[in-house]
Amino acid sequence: MLKIRAIFINTFREAIRDKILYNLLIFALLIIGCSILLGTLTIGEQQKIIKDMGLASISIFGTLIAVFIGIGLVYKEIDRKTIYNIFSKPVHRYQFIIGKYLGLILTLFVNVLIMAVVFLSIVYFMDGVVGFSLIQAIFLIFLELMLITAVALLFSTFTTPTLSAIFTLAIYVIGHLSGDLKVFGAKAEQVWVRYVTQFLYYVIPNLENFNIKGLVVYNLSLPDHFFLFSFLYGILYICIVLFFSIFIFERRNFK
Amino acid sequence: MIAIKTVGLRKVFKTGIAKKNEVLKGLDLEIEQGETFGYLGPNGAGKTTTLKLLLGLIYPTSGSAFILGESTRNVRVKNLIGFLPEQPYFYTYLTAWEFLDFYSQLFDILGKFRKKRIEELLSLVGLKGKCEKLQLRKFSKGMLQRLGIAQALINDPQVIFLDEPFSGLDPIGRKEIRDIIFKLKDSGKTIFFCSHILSDVELICDRVGILVDGQLRALGKIEDLVDTSLNSAEIAFYGLKEGSKQEIRNFCTQMVDHSDKTLAIFNDRESVDRAVKIITDGKGSLISLTPVRQTLEDIFLKEVITEKQIS
Repeated sequence: MLKIRAIFINTFREAIRDKILYNLLIFALLIIGCSILLGTLTIGEQQKIIKDMGLASISIFGTLIAVFIGIGLVYKEIDRKTIYNIFSKPVHRYQFIIGKYLGLILTLFVNVLIMAVVFLSIVYFMDGVVGFSLIQAIFLIFLELMLITAVALLFSTFTTPTLSAIFTLAIYVIGHLSGDLKVFGAKAEQVWVRYVTQFLYYVIPNLENFNIKGLVVYNLSLPDHFFLFSFLYGILYICIVLFFSIFIFERRNFK
Repeated sequence: MIAIKTVGLRKVFKTGIAKKNEVLKGLDLEIEQGETFGYLGPNGAGKTTTLKLLLGLIYPTSGSAFILGESTRNVRVKNLIGFLPEQPYFYTYLTAWEFLDFYSQLFDILGKFRKKRIEELLSLVGLKGKCEKLQLRKFSKGMLQRLGIAQALINDPQVIFLDEPFSGLDPIGRKEIRDIIFKLKDSGKTIFFCSHILSDVELICDRVGILVDGQLRALGKIEDLVDTSLNSAEIAFYGLKEGSKQEIRNFCTQMVDHSDKTLAIFNDRESVDRAVKIITDGKGSLISLTPVRQTLEDIFLKEVITEKQIS
């Protein structure tokens, strides 16, 4: 456990000493702040605009942070050959992957927490109250970001940062459209299109399971057990993706 | 006890579709405990590949490797080894203390022992009190190399792998690192030493192996590989009459006149003795007699050139 903890703390330390992270965070906070200005342009919809923009900013900037740190930190270890020194010590490769992942998640958590505190403070200042559903929405966004980070980590175990970024962002986009993919596949006449869309629907995570922004903004209630289902779905998916990352990493030669 | 053993160790890398590069071609090696072994070879000979196989960074295509009787595939064996990489591939955002603390945690060393061990190592490599709070990005090459040695010793290893420990160091830095290696040698550690700097290898190592194109071309004690007997010599003299000089010219391999001095080279001991007699009998003055002995470099170059001629 001490080894995983050491790698986890070192990863977090590396991430928070990276300037790109602060640039993204400052930009996200500015956008959240701007929602107050945009809100004043509408009549009677101010709270909705603020909530909508705030949650969207946390989601988008969180994804950017997850992708950039997720793909960069493992690749950097291999590229700068610092990994030689890690694996010349009694460290199992799975310990490295788990330590790295936890370090990335802690970095992400701190960032989401800062964005969430600023966002919820604005909502409280404008609305006088912060609904529990807003916290639920932020939690699900965080779960989605945890999944995106695991996907970024998986790609970075065997490919370059550029390709990892493209693949991860592609998964993010397809993941949000996978419901549409299923509908499109069901209506397709060609059999192969049906198979391909079905394959994508089942393999790529359905990220809409973590998206309750619309319901929260319009104060609609969540379907029964939706939150629990999304939570378990996210955790299971993360475990599967991490398992594959470890599986690939265990067999890798560090040239 | 044998500290390092490889049996038919082979590594083939895929370099493209249906293209392969056999970097290591069946290495058989045994290094005794307490021995300082110099692993030599030109660039691309397969030295770093051997090291990576021994450290478990890459997996062999065939064959096996053992450290202190345990397979190198076993992560547990790494508790017994220390490794200094060729380039200081370290986390530049860490301070020297954080850096050593991080690596000591990878050996499950508990907090109270860690502090003591880090202090010991920082003083061993001469960094104590100077730069514990300084980020590694501000370190000079020599300081990084010293810190690299400190991290390689954090677990008090039995077997130490040093990959080009002198690369990029100035003469003072080289001496400091050499002194540390001597201390380790004196304390009975097994040292596996990859280097291009042959004079250092000659000075430090008990035994050497020369790897060329993935194969071990020479292996043995330096005195066995290198012929240390006096076979040839250079004699400088002056004040000898032309007749005596001509006599020496007849059996020396080369003679060069430089102002009033003469330099003659001889290929065997008898010729050296004969020349000295002629110079003294002919009332000439002997300036110097320099024996020319075979060095490790000669052996190294011979092996590399032979391999090139074969290929």
